[in-house]
Amino acid sequence: MKLQVSHSPHVRDKATTQSIMLDVIIALIPATLAGWYYFGIRAVLITLISVASCIIFEYISRRIMKRNNTISDLSAVVTGLLLAMNLPVSLPLYMVVIGACFAIVVVKQMFGGLGNNFVNPAIAARIFLVIAFPKAMTSWTVRSGSWFSFDSADAVSSATPLTRIHTSEAPSLWKLFIGDKAGCIGEVCIIALLIGALYLILRHVIRPWIPVAYIGTFALLAFLFGKTNVFNFAGDLTVLSGWGDLFHECCYMVLSGGLILGAFFMATDYVTSPLTTKGKFIFGIGCGILTFLIRYYGNMAEGVSFSIILMNILTPHIDNWTMGKPFGEVKENAKV
Amino acid sequence: MSLRSLHAFAGGVHPLGNKNTDVLPSIHLHGFPEVELLMQQHIGPPCTCVVRPGDHVDVGTMVGRADKPMSVPIHSSISGTVKEVHYVVSANGTPVEAVRIESDFKHSINPFCRPPKVESFEDFIQMIRDSGLVGLGGAAFPTYIKLNPPKNKMPDTLIVNAAECEPYITADYRQICEHPDDIIDGILEVMKWLEIPKTIIGVEDNKPLVTRIFSHEIKKRVYKTGKHPDIEVRTLKTIYPQGAEKMLIYTLTGRKVPPGKLPIDVHTLVMNVSTLRFIGLYLKEGIPLTRKRMTLDGSALNTPGNFIVPIGARIQDIIEAAGGTREEPKKIIMGGAMMGVALDRIDHGIIKANNAILVFGSEETTLPPESPCIRCARCVASCPMDLIPCGIDKATRLRDTEMLEKYHVMDCIECGCCTYACPSKRFLTQSIKNGKVMVRAERARIKKEQELLAASEQKGGNAPS
Ligand code: SF4
Ligand code: SF4
Repeated sequence: MKLQVSHSPHVRDKATTQSIMLDVIIALIPATLAGWYYFGIRAVLITLISVASCIIFEYISRRIMKRNNTISDLSAVVTGLLLAMNLPVSLPLYMVVIGACFAIVVVKQMFGGLGNNFVNPAIAARIFLVIAFPKAMTSWTVRSGSWFSFDSADAVSSATPLTRIHTSEAPSLWKLFIGDKAGCIGEVCIIALLIGALYLILRHVIRPWIPVAYIGTFALLAFLFGKTNVFNFAGDLTVLSGWGDLFHECCYMVLSGGLILGAFFMATDYVTSPLTTKGKFIFGIGCGILTFLIRYYGNMAEGVSFSIILMNILTPHIDNWTMGKPFGEVKENAKV
Repeated sequence: MSLRSLHAFAGGVHPLGNKNTDVLPSIHLHGFPEVELLMQQHIGPPCTCVVRPGDHVDVGTMVGRADKPMSVPIHSSISGTVKEVHYVVSANGTPVEAVRIESDFKHSINPFCRPPKVESFEDFIQMIRDSGLVGLGGAAFPTYIKLNPPKNKMPDTLIVNAAECEPYITADYRQICEHPDDIIDGILEVMKWLEIPKTIIGVEDNKPLVTRIFSHEIKKRVYKTGKHPDIEVRTLKTIYPQGAEKMLIYTLTGRKVPPGKLPIDVHTLVMNVSTLRFIGLYLKEGIPLTRKRMTLDGSALNTPGNFIVPIGARIQDIIEAAGGTREEPKKIIMGGAMMGVALDRIDHGIIKANNAILVFGSEETTLPPESPCIRCARCVASCPMDLIPCGIDKATRLRDTEMLEKYHVMDCIECGCCTYACPSKRFLTQSIKNGKVMVRAERARIKKEQELLAASEQKGGNAPS
């Protein structure tokens, strides 16, 4: 009789890397579909190209580095999807491929593959593209012609809500919430993103600490130190609409740009965020402060990617600082 | 009695309970052709074998004498003739002396076995030692040592571990269902001789029957003696490792056992229900520890259940006597699914602390391949000791003992939660155990170096300046 010998424990939880990645993909589907709906067939094309090239680059680079094939863990699909969601719909298609190559080959595989990259591949690729092709990456369009039109002439260029706050063209909060605005493919529809995020939280794939700390910190700072802030507010607080005006800017800033997408789907990336709950809060608060500083005082309209990537770099240090004491390693003992 | 289920420690996991055998009454298994008694069945130095081939032994005849501190005697579990005294390899891989006894199928009991007379604390401790009792929950720590703490550290609370949080195992559960009176007797004896004012029985909330049985049994005592024994039954949340000593103490009393310390350092005594039941029984019958209740379960068995078997019976014989297998076993585990040892041979004789044999067929034995850590922090969240298992794993692979110390590797209780939870299916617990070995070696090396340094300094003038 040949008996299998292995180390305890002899039972394992059902979750696998693959099942977690699948959950992330499922959670991204509503926002992707919303993006497709708002931006037309070109958005579909960008998504497909991004995902396909991520898979292909993953396959090729693993082959060249003589490592095992890891496509089946689905992490390349997640990266491809996230990258597409962070791109403007008018981006030339070859740039999408370049972005995917940077994400998978340079950021992920050159550092040893899944689990060893120190920054989020999709964000790093987006920042790379912003630096390499600043014009293409910041020209926002909204669809004006038919949904099936590939022609960029059918799109009219527009500014993102972020650059239009305090102008008369600023969209209403409701429009921001449902996604009827200019922006990257996946970041516009807040409601769809929140549905996906709720799914991830309920499935215990992510914990809400990072997004809560991130969005909370940012909203608080915008409330206290924004252009119309709680200190210089001149409206009438005796009527309900006065309160609405007071909170308007901070809600507007939270709902526009890539904050929700970034907070729930990119800042929570396992590989590049801290391990402990305390660390996750610090990470989220750091992201919030950086995003506020970049959006209000930097010369870029958008700060989510940069904030997250900066905090990614700090993650090993946060892990070090927040390494708690083991159970029982405390002085006081109750009731002894 | 509290109505709320208690859950205090952070972490833990929820493996499937698989308590398939909890409604089946235990069955006595007899008729084993031979037993093999290992001379070391406890934590501590081995016993000295006092029988020779050809000797006749009865049930309860001492075959291994405990002449060193921290060791307890070993008694024959069947009647028959000693065939062989030889060295065998135990289940955990170390060579140990063993006595092979061939049965005469008479089950005659040693005439010298009679209920002990206990008149003082010293008598009590001596009687516990003579009975050969060790912690039956799996630790195999000699009970007489546990019950004889230093005078400045007398316990003020007895905690009865009835949590049985390992999947599959129901031996304690059956013990409670079948012999609650003996358990309460055992508790009262321990409380009496150690002058412990208070006992808390901890039961997981998936075993409501146990809570009721104990409450009923306590009521019976009140009726009999007119006095309420200070025994309280508390319901614990069902979560693994609720039954781990440190976790149980914390949940029930709020006391934290510091790393490297024992429960007695926080004035708490933790005993398993089966250990206590044996004390109750031994006082009545006087037969030393020779039989053990074990859960046999797993997909490859015909008739899973709880069986009372003589200590030393070979695993293969037990499986056969318990109904045999319905498919070729692929994996046999001594102990529970979370902490048990997978065996490569099944001719080992069981020892006192064994409480389960799991016989798995192909269904449960697919071993998922390890993939890279994705830093999902599930291991961190599941660790009841608040460690960072993925960090320890990494440090072990780098052979970085300094890092291992920083991660407090020695505090790991090897519960297996991290490995259970890991989606990348990494062998974290195994890696952590290896890390402990490295740290121990490194500490020994540093100590030796310091000793050498001190010695050379003492020589004074000879040292090169
Ligand atoms: S559970 Fe596994 S994959 Fe997740 S952090 Fe721990 S070791 Fe890494
Ligand atoms: S085996 Fe050790 S490190 Fe892993 S969960 Fe248990 S105590 Fe923590």
